[in-house]
Amino acid sequence: MTGLHVEKLSYRYGAKQALKQVSFGVSPGQFCALLGPNGAGKSTLFSLLTRLFTTPDGQITIAGHDLRREPRKALAKIGVVFQQSTLDLDLTVHRNLTYFAALHGLSGREAAKRIDAALDRLNMSERRHERARDLNGGHRRRTEIARCLIHDPAVLLLDEPTVGLDAATRRAITDHVHDLSENDGLTVLWATHLADEVRDTDQLVVLHHGEILANNSCAALRGNQALADFFLDLTGAEA
Amino acid sequence: MTPALIALRAIVLREALRFVRQRGRFIAALVRPLVWLIVFAAGFRAALGLSITPPYQTYTTYETYIVPGLCGMIVLFNGMQSSLSLVYDREMGSMRLLLTSPLPRWWLLVCRLIASTSISILQVYSFLAIAAIYGITLPWQGYLYVLPALAIAGVMLGALGLALSSLIKQLENFAGVMNFVIFPMFFLSSALYPLWKMAESSELLHDICAVNPFTHAVELIRFALYAQFNAMALVWTCLAGVILLALALWGYDPARGLVRRKG
Repeated sequence: MTGLHVEKLSYRYGAKQALKQVSFGVSPGQFCALLGPNGAGKSTLFSLLTRLFTTPDGQITIAGHDLRREPRKALAKIGVVFQQSTLDLDLTVHRNLTYFAALHGLSGREAAKRIDAALDRLNMSERRHERARDLNGGHRRRTEIARCLIHDPAVLLLDEPTVGLDAATRRAITDHVHDLSENDGLTVLWATHLADEVRDTDQLVVLHHGEILANNSCAALRGNQALADFFLDLTGAEA
Repeated sequence: MTPALIALRAIVLREALRFVRQRGRFIAALVRPLVWLIVFAAGFRAALGLSITPPYQTYTTYETYIVPGLCGMIVLFNGMQSSLSLVYDREMGSMRLLLTSPLPRWWLLVCRLIASTSISILQVYSFLAIAAIYGITLPWQGYLYVLPALAIAGVMLGALGLALSSLIKQLENFAGVMNFVIFPMFFLSSALYPLWKMAESSELLHDICAVNPFTHAVELIRFALYAQFNAMALVWTCLAGVILLALALWGYDPARGLVRRKG
């Protein structure tokens, strides 16, 4: 079993149930949009998927590795872009990537080769020696996406990666990541609350109040409705 | 090189780069003990008479007495500053990057400890160099022997910081740590006055000082600076270090869900 699989995942913060029996799977090479309003439980799900914290309820399998039983093998297979930027702003793009490569045990020529390839992939090569602080929001994001590719992951997790970006940049980043799933066969889980980032061919999982309301291809789910309307109807009815 | 060592090198290098960039932090770290050495010690010298106790073989001035304590102070403050930066990293998200590395979490935290200890050692040697220029010199072997003592003290106090950082929810709470941890630890120790002097005024205070791990870290440094070995101090410092490290690793256990507080 490859790709990403989540089975009956539950999590609670004290009395507040953040995730209720969440189950879904994303096949290899599939772009899956996780659509949910703010507070739906997307960030909790991402924290569990990246093992920032764990829960005894449910199972997560990443590229065939059970996150509980083989956490290190599973973590080695994911590339993460968190909602909040995690670049060291005082370091150059290249240094940021070198640091990350080292955290994954890569150094020397091998790391340099992979960093070059990742920067090329995101058209960021010419900015490699700029400080992260001097980059605009779009380029910072692209740097982070390049960074999450260095260790050759099978599954990309992106938590609202376009927050705070203008429309054109948002489009460019969304296209880049769609490319990664289409051309490079990466499994992508893309959390967002913006319907216009989702394509008809994408898998769509709608999360609301910690529960999954829908899970199918976007085209099949929305039918003749605009996705934004479908989403509002679905979450509005349940709210 | 193994992945674990590659990560260690990168984490130490990052900490060192950050330290070099923050020149203000370096200067503050030096000015603090120097103020004690040059200003406070001058005032206290007249008030405090020190008898000859090991490791000292002759009558010592107060300035000489507090040098090891001030080395301990540097390590203590740096350990706390480093844990402060961990809380900051957590709020800023870069902690997440560290913790999603496929290396074991305990190793990543130990790397942070080694990194912060290296910075402490650098600061202490700079301080000792200025103290030497000021006229307070130590036996040359002392400058060598103090290195392992500083490393042990650094890891112990760094582990304390790490444990605290796992308990603190937000950056703002760190002022409380300053008041309730750093200052009591520093003042209730043998850094500024010998324990027998403390016993003269209060047995209770003396006993508190005697169990304070910082006292033992300071004594370890003090004896090492005079090329001597204090087994008791070593045992206490290591013991405290192991306990604090275990506490810190527990604090960062993903099943405890530390990071979840800042969603």
